[in-house]
Amino acid sequence: MDKYNLHEKIILYLGILVFMTFILLPFVEMFYASLRPLDHLFRSPYQFYSDDLSFWAYREMWKTVPMLPRYIFNSFFLASVTSLITLLFVIPAAYSYARFRFPFKNSSLYILLAINMFSGAVLLIPLYKVLRTFGLLNTYQAMIVPGVAFLIPTAIWLLKSYFEKIPIDLEEAAFVDGASRVQILRHIIAPLSTPGLVVVGIYAFIGSYAQQFLFAITFNQKKEYMPIPSGLYEFIGYTTVKWNEMMAASLVGIAPVLIIFLFLQKYIVAGLTSGAVKN
Amino acid sequence: MKQKLKSYNSQTYLAYALIAPAALYIVLIVAWPLLETIRLSFTNSSLAGEDYVGFENYQKMLSSKKFNGIVTRTFVWMFFSVSLKLIIGLIGAVLLNANLKGRSIFRVLVMPPWVVPIAIGMLGWLWLYNGYFGIIAGVGMRTGILDGPFGFLAYKQSAFISTIIADVWVGTPMVTVFFLAAMQGVPRDLYEAAYCDGASRWDRFFKITLPQITPVIITMSLLSAIWTFNSFEIIWILTEGGPRGATTTLIIDTYKQALGNYKFGRGAARAVVVMILLTLFAGFYLALLARINKKISHE
Repeated sequence: MDKYNLHEKIILYLGILVFMTFILLPFVEMFYASLRPLDHLFRSPYQFYSDDLSFWAYREMWKTVPMLPRYIFNSFFLASVTSLITLLFVIPAAYSYARFRFPFKNSSLYILLAINMFSGAVLLIPLYKVLRTFGLLNTYQAMIVPGVAFLIPTAIWLLKSYFEKIPIDLEEAAFVDGASRVQILRHIIAPLSTPGLVVVGIYAFIGSYAQQFLFAITFNQKKEYMPIPSGLYEFIGYTTVKWNEMMAASLVGIAPVLIIFLFLQKYIVAGLTSGAVKN
Repeated sequence: MKQKLKSYNSQTYLAYALIAPAALYIVLIVAWPLLETIRLSFTNSSLAGEDYVGFENYQKMLSSKKFNGIVTRTFVWMFFSVSLKLIIGLIGAVLLNANLKGRSIFRVLVMPPWVVPIAIGMLGWLWLYNGYFGIIAGVGMRTGILDGPFGFLAYKQSAFISTIIADVWVGTPMVTVFFLAAMQGVPRDLYEAAYCDGASRWDRFFKITLPQITPVIITMSLLSAIWTFNSFEIIWILTEGGPRGATTTLIIDTYKQALGNYKFGRGAARAVVVMILLTLFAGFYLALLARINKKISHE
C-alpha cells in the first residue's frame, strides 16, 4: 500500500524539489553570495556562475565591522542568561502544575497560553517607559527582562509535560519511606527530568536568540550591547552594501542555533508538537 | 499511609508558592503593561510628559481614513499569508509523509526558516528581492518576464506580495511539522482497511487523512492567524511598512506611532485595538481547544 510506481515517485520527488527550493533558496543564496567577490555580485542581470569562489568574505567581515565578535558574544550572553533565568522561574512552576491539584489550575494554564498570543509589539510602549524610568534603557537588562517574560508560558507547558511523564509512584514510594521533599527532588526528579530540562533550556535559548532583534532595536542604542541580528545591519553602508560579507556574517550568526537544533531536533519537535497537538 | 500520601499531593499552599515567582514575573512584565497601555491610550503621553485627553486618540484614529485602510490591509495581508501557509504546509506534510527515500533528511531540512532568527533570515530575502542583482529579478530578466531591473520592495503591489511570501516562508515549516505530526498519528489500520476495500490513494487522503487531522488544521489556522497578525520583524526589515504605507499593518503602525514618533498615547490607542482583536482570537482559540479536549476525553 505504501509502494509507489515510477510515475508517482517522479511527481512526489518533483513536489519535494519545489517545496525544498522555496524553503532553502534564501540559505543557499546567502551561502553562494558569501563565496563570491563583490564585483561578481554587482552584475545585472544576476550571474549564475562565478569562477573565483573563495572564503575571502569570511576573513574580511571582521575588518568591515570590527565589533562583530562583540555582537556574537552579546547574542550568546543574552540568550544564555535569558534562558537560565527562564528555567529558574519555570522549573518550580511546571513541577507544581504537573503534580498538584489546586483551584484555578486549568484556567491559569489557559491564561499562560493566551499570553503567548500577545506579541512584544503591544507591550513595548509601557515597557519602554518603565525601562526609561529605571534607567535601564541601553543595558543588557533591557533585553533580558522582557525576553524572559515571553519565554515563560511555553516553557511551563513544555516542562510540565516532561514532569508528567515521571511516574508519581516513584515519588510517593520514596515519601512513604520517609524521604524529604528536598531528597526526592535531588535523587528522583532531578536525574529523571534532565532530558526535559535540556530540551526546554534549548527551546528558551533558540527563542531568546530569535527575540533579540525586536528588543534590541527598541530598547538599546549602544553598540556595546548589540546582539548579532541587529549588528548585522552595520554591513549596510552609506554607499554600498557589502553583500558577500553581510551574508557570511549572517551565516556565522545562524550557525550556532542551527547546529544545536540539528543535534536535538527530534526531541524539540516531539516536545513542541505533543504540547500543541494533544493538549 | 494513605493519610501521609494525601499530605504529599494536596498541599495547595506549596503548589501556589512554587508558581508564585513565575506568576509574579508575568504580572509585572505582561499584565501590568497591558493595563498601563490602556491608561496611556487616554493620554497624550510623549517624551515630554502626559495629560489626560479622554477619547481624543480614539476619535482621531477611528475617523482617519488612513487607519481604516490599515485595518483592512492587515486583514487582507493576513488572509493571503495564512491561507498560503496552510495550503503549502498541507502539501508539504503530504510530501514529507510519503514513504520515500531520504524523507527523514527532508523532514529536518524544512525547519531552518522556523529556527533561524527572523531578522537574519530576512537579510537573505533582502538579497533575493534585490532589483538589480537578486536572483529573482535575474531569472525574470533572463526569461524575458521582466524587461529590466525590478525592485520588488519598491512598488506598492509587489512589496505587499513580497512581504507575504517572506512571511509564508517563515511560517510554513511550523505548519508543515504540525500537520506531519498529526498525519503520523492517524491509526494505520484505517488505511489498511480502506486499502483492502479498494480505496484509491486520493480517496484515502480525502476520506481518512483529512477528516482525522481536521482538529489540528483548525487549531493551526487560528494559531497562525494570531502569529501572522503579530508579524512585525518581517515587514519592518523588508519595507518598514512602505512604500508609501503599502505594507503598513496594524502592528507596524502601532510601533511607528509609539516608538518611531514617540507618541505613546496615539500608539497606545492602536495597541488597545490590537489587544482587543488578539483577545478575540485567543478566546476563539481557547474555546476551540476546550471543545477538542472534551471530544477527546469523551472518546
